[in-house]
Amino acid sequence: MRTWLKKILASGDLFVWASGAGLAMALMMVVGLLLLITVNGMGFFWTGDIVDLTLMDGTHVMGQLAGREIIPNSVTPDAPKGKGRIRVKIGNRDLYGLDFKWVDEDTIAAQAFPPNAVLLERREWGNFYGWIKAIHKGETPHTEGSDIGWHALLPLVDQANAVHARIDRIERVEIGAINAEIEQARLQIRALEMNTAKGQALHAPSMDRMQAAIAAAEARYREKTDQLDKLNAQFNEYAVVMVDANGQEKQLPVGYIVRALRPNAMGTPAKTWMYITNVWRVLADEPREANTEGGIFPAIFGTVMIVLIMSAAVVPFGVLAALYLREYATQGTVVRLVRIAVNNLAGVPSIVFGVFGLGFFVYAIGGTIDTLFFPEALPSPTFGTGGILWASLTLALLTVPVVIVATEEGLAAVPRDYREASLGLGATKFETIWRVVLPSAVPAILTGLILAMARAAGEVAPLMLTGVVKLAPTLPMDTTWPFFHFDRKFMHLGFHIYDVGFQSPNVEAAKPMVYVTTLVLILVVVLLNVSAITLRNRLRRKYAGAAV
Amino acid sequence: MHTSPDSTPGLPRLAVTRSDDPSPASTVKDLETTITLSDVNFFYGDAQALFNVNIEVPRKQVTAFIGPSGCGKSTLLRCLNRLNDLIEGARIEGTILLDGMDIYGPQVDATDLRRRVGMVFQKSNPFPKPIYDNVAYGPRLQGIRNRAALDAIVEESLNDAGLWEEAKDRLHQSALGLSGGQQQRLCIARALAVKPDVLLMDEPCSALDPIATAKIEELLFTLKKELTIVIVTHNMQQAARVSDHTGFFLMGELVEFSDTKTIFTTPRDRRTEDYVTGRFG
Repeated sequence: MRTWLKKILASGDLFVWASGAGLAMALMMVVGLLLLITVNGMGFFWTGDIVDLTLMDGTHVMGQLAGREIIPNSVTPDAPKGKGRIRVKIGNRDLYGLDFKWVDEDTIAAQAFPPNAVLLERREWGNFYGWIKAIHKGETPHTEGSDIGWHALLPLVDQANAVHARIDRIERVEIGAINAEIEQARLQIRALEMNTAKGQALHAPSMDRMQAAIAAAEARYREKTDQLDKLNAQFNEYAVVMVDANGQEKQLPVGYIVRALRPNAMGTPAKTWMYITNVWRVLADEPREANTEGGIFPAIFGTVMIVLIMSAAVVPFGVLAALYLREYATQGTVVRLVRIAVNNLAGVPSIVFGVFGLGFFVYAIGGTIDTLFFPEALPSPTFGTGGILWASLTLALLTVPVVIVATEEGLAAVPRDYREASLGLGATKFETIWRVVLPSAVPAILTGLILAMARAAGEVAPLMLTGVVKLAPTLPMDTTWPFFHFDRKFMHLGFHIYDVGFQSPNVEAAKPMVYVTTLVLILVVVLLNVSAITLRNRLRRKYAGAAV
Repeated sequence: MHTSPDSTPGLPRLAVTRSDDPSPASTVKDLETTITLSDVNFFYGDAQALFNVNIEVPRKQVTAFIGPSGCGKSTLLRCLNRLNDLIEGARIEGTILLDGMDIYGPQVDATDLRRRVGMVFQKSNPFPKPIYDNVAYGPRLQGIRNRAALDAIVEESLNDAGLWEEAKDRLHQSALGLSGGQQQRLCIARALAVKPDVLLMDEPCSALDPIATAKIEELLFTLKKELTIVIVTHNMQQAARVSDHTGFFLMGELVEFSDTKTIFTTPRDRRTEDYVTGRFG
């Protein structure tokens, strides 16, 4: 018996099986995670049919099916399989107060899929499910009836969307630019006043010029608001009267409708097309309704931007540090201690870096910049508050150990032969490092950067202290000078998940959004990594020559 | 004093000094000697690697250093272009004169020295760059940017190293695609491109097959018309074939230095005779 056991142990078979099982477990976990997120996230884009349920008591429940489960505690000796219930997205939050409703399967008398049932996607209050009764123009009836109304509604919605786009453009871009101009002039006036207070003579011509500029800008502003009033009137010109499943009527201004659909009348090709449109909308649109509806474009943009700025900061910083440590510093106790400290830095909880970023970048550096360069704007801070630059630098600090370690390894791996050959040709140490050593270490540096990017893209905690917000009114990049605004707050996919998942009042509506955002975050990280890996492989081929 | 070998009549009246030989150093004129080493001691930390080495390396000839592994011949070679400076704890005593200039003198810049004293290593070590960039590396360091001038240097150097015909169609492909022998000749071309006065070769053929070795040995005969060559080799036949003068090292000591013929036929020292006849080593 004992020899048998010994034999088994010595052969190593058990070990091989155990290590294989370990790998299998890890793979299963990764695949399971991706599968769960993908299935839940991708399902969100499918436009389900509208079901009209007639209950035993004669009332109707209409909406899209959102799930089914066995009623908890319903498994009894009488009903060994338990009783089912289905969850219906009933929408019409302005009428019912809820988006979702559980319906026991026992209570359902009949179900139908009325082809003329309409789904209205609205800018506020979520979806509306019901039938079109009439369309009004102002107070006067425009059309009457479900089908006629439907055909009349579609062009009106398109028109309203066009008007909405124009309103949006005027509000954000044009009035935004005017506001920036007025603010600029106001700050310059204030700077002049501050100089006067310090004893300098008031420069009257520039003061007048500024005031004239403000007056001119304000005149243009009034022009724009007049334009806006007109557009808004146009926007609310038409209203559609809807009837819900129980006959309740509701009048909705057409301007509030984003999209009108008849899912039950759509075939599979139309639905597939709708699916693609939905994906595109989520990727390209801005959030609505406390982030639970609409798209996540600003968060994608913020995530990519922050990772890029972080990379631009972390590579020079980390490479220089590693060069000094490996090439110039005398190898001894001090360098060894520094190396240990750097490695340990990688293990510090990220929120600690967040606190440091807040104290150092935001308050110390940002505050100093404000007093030195933007005193006229005080007490409202310019750089002395969280912003995309400070958040990126905090992340750079968080990831710099990874780059240092990888670069050091890369430098150590450059063959001594290359250095000697270069020095033997009369190169100085600096020339040798710059022309031979560093190019050979580039793939290793990029490996460090890849690891750094993967970590930085997923960090949320430090961002919460250094400038991420749940809804940023503007992107950090726009058409007003200086085009890239390092001081602006930003949105981020990781924070978006947290915000939608935990801070949303509408939990059920938020759930698919959490999955979708997670999926997009994973895709963004993968995309950033793949591009860095492609670059690294290209460089590796270049520096490895034809050697296999 | 020894008579010069027949191949170079009248040129080297070189002094042979042995570490334990108290006879005065040479009376050879500077013109005929490139490098003069006097009482060179070398230390790696506490360990002494070279003991009182005195040699005069004749100009435009091939001088070979032979000896068993660890005898200090490579260390001595690396002293000649101050490549040992890079090793922490390394220390040198004595003087090494290059055309009368003390190469360890305070006014000498090691990088300038290495431009005059080129080196080819045991393992061929072309940079992972195109062939052209390898050869142009040294000239570019000196600030030569002119494309035509670089082209000329590259062609001339590759020609001198006997690689032009094989490499001219693939100048802009990676040097690592060349064969071992070609790579070593590329390294020679790279060293020649900075126009050195002296070329140090540290067992340049030890990793090469016989045909590649023969090509490099042939090259030495043409190169020595322009250059002083110091070659370290394990291979006694090679030393006998290519060199004009040979120094035999043992345990960090220069046992005997003489013209090659003498070393291999009538060595004065018993240890030299044992080594060249294959009794040890």
